[in-house]
Amino acid sequence: MRRNSRDYVITRRIDNLLLNFYEAYMFMGRFFREAFRGPLEFQELVKQCYQIGYRSLPLISLTGFITGMVFTKQSRPSLMEFGATSWLPSLVSIAIVRALAPLITSLISAGKVGSSIGAELGSMRVTEQIDAMEVSAVNPFKFLVVTRVLASTISIPILSFYCAFVGLMGSFLDVTLNEETNIVAFFEKAFEQITFLDIGSALFKAIAYGFTIGMVGCYKGYNATQGTQGVGKAANASVVLSMFLIFLEEVAIVQITNWMR
Amino acid sequence: MQQPTSHPIGTEKAISIRNLYKSFGELHVLRGVDLDVFKGENVVVLGRSGTGKSVLIKIIAGLLKPDQGTVQVLNQEVPSLSEKQLRELRLKIGFSFQNSALYDSMTVRENLEFPLVRNVKNLSRSEINRAVEEVLDSVGLSQTINQMPSELSGGQRKRIGIARTLIMNPEIMLYDEPTAGLDPITCMEINELINEVRERYHTSSIIITHDLTCAKATGDRLAMLFDGQFIREGTFEEVFETDEERIKSFYDYNFVE
Ligand SMILES: Nc1ncnc2c1ncn2[C@@H]1O[C@H](COP(=O)(O)OP(=O)(O)O)[C@@H](O)[C@H]1O
Ligand SMILES: [Mg+2]
Repeated sequence: MRRNSRDYVITRRIDNLLLNFYEAYMFMGRFFREAFRGPLEFQELVKQCYQIGYRSLPLISLTGFITGMVFTKQSRPSLMEFGATSWLPSLVSIAIVRALAPLITSLISAGKVGSSIGAELGSMRVTEQIDAMEVSAVNPFKFLVVTRVLASTISIPILSFYCAFVGLMGSFLDVTLNEETNIVAFFEKAFEQITFLDIGSALFKAIAYGFTIGMVGCYKGYNATQGTQGVGKAANASVVLSMFLIFLEEVAIVQITNWMR
Repeated sequence: MQQPTSHPIGTEKAISIRNLYKSFGELHVLRGVDLDVFKGENVVVLGRSGTGKSVLIKIIAGLLKPDQGTVQVLNQEVPSLSEKQLRELRLKIGFSFQNSALYDSMTVRENLEFPLVRNVKNLSRSEINRAVEEVLDSVGLSQTINQMPSELSGGQRKRIGIARTLIMNPEIMLYDEPTAGLDPITCMEINELINEVRERYHTSSIIITHDLTCAKATGDRLAMLFDGQFIREGTFEEVFETDEERIKSFYDYNFVE
């Protein structure tokens, strides 16, 4: 069913892109309408928080710990040149709390959580499970989308702070092995330079990334088409698009916090 | 060969469709469909795959919007219902999907409870359990209550899908290819189940199929969809006693006994 090129407002690609934006925008609008209307599917929300949050703990622990340790190891030589290795804890904590923890957590989650939401809803769409909910007079958007978006918006900030904590522990391990310190002294030093704005903006970022991951995964999965192929496409597109959006948001939020400093 | 048991068919219409059109882009799927289903009647819709049989019942259930025409279900015009009215109407419609559409992540029990606990408020645990056991019993699968859908056979999945709609006591049943992909004996069991459901729940049904054994066993009346319109309608014999080529070839391809 090829349409004539005259049928497009601009070109086919740009038309489709704009249409996609519009649809995504409507989808988001529907989320806010349905999230605040009527009772919440509380049990499903808890289940999703468990799926998204709790089950990501091992991966986040490993990555956070190694990042903290490696970052410490790699920063040491530069600080040594100035005889400033005592600055290691503050340097590492600024890097981890301000930038690394939310970013690492959300990129990992974009891969792990985003693809699983996209695939799950995608397969529910193509096997008509979503239609089945609809004809049984249950609102599938509320049951599936609202719960997953909320769960990832709640879980990813928690995971981010957990990641920061584990990262600092990794750093502490490396510092104790190389310099004289104890855990109290290390954390005192680490938090010396951390301001309320740092914590606030890290929290804000993580909330934004969590929302993005949930929203993109649900949008792609809920609107999947073309049978089993569509499931893979939905999962894949969820990861790519949410990572892309996370980078854009990162740049924007860092820019804004720097103005506020 | 089991024939549909004699059953009072009312004169009141459960479903009435006039002049229905539906296209997807350039693809004109339904082009002027008329269909009536009377209360208590089993109507079989026949047609090759891709002729729009599923689209037709999805329009009846309000899952798709028609381009043109009237679709009356239990005296309500489906395309113009508000969200709330549509929800209420859907409580009276049971939809059995072609691939059963059981919720993969839930057990059989949770699948069956799903519509009930969300649509009927303030049920006690024992009332819910009783309803679940009752529908499981009427499809003969009480032993599967704690199994996951992936552990069930195709025929069992179909039955659980039907049970999930029966739990709401529907007045209308829409079956999308209920016997597709099943072995002949299981097919026969499903045909019997469809007839039992009508006896027990007094439903009016549309049964989509290209399995003529199923059509013969369950249909009071058959209607043949071809190129977006019904080209023939009547009892099994009335439909197939003809020399018309497109009907004869359909018969030859699909009738296996
Ligand atoms: N949501 C949809 N979007 C686009 N095309 C569709 C949609 N649903 C069905 N179609 C097309 O309509 C035609 C009829 O489909 P369907 O009703 O599923 O056929 P069948 O008679 O085998 O059940 C098919 O060509 C199908 O590709
Ligand atoms: Mg079909």
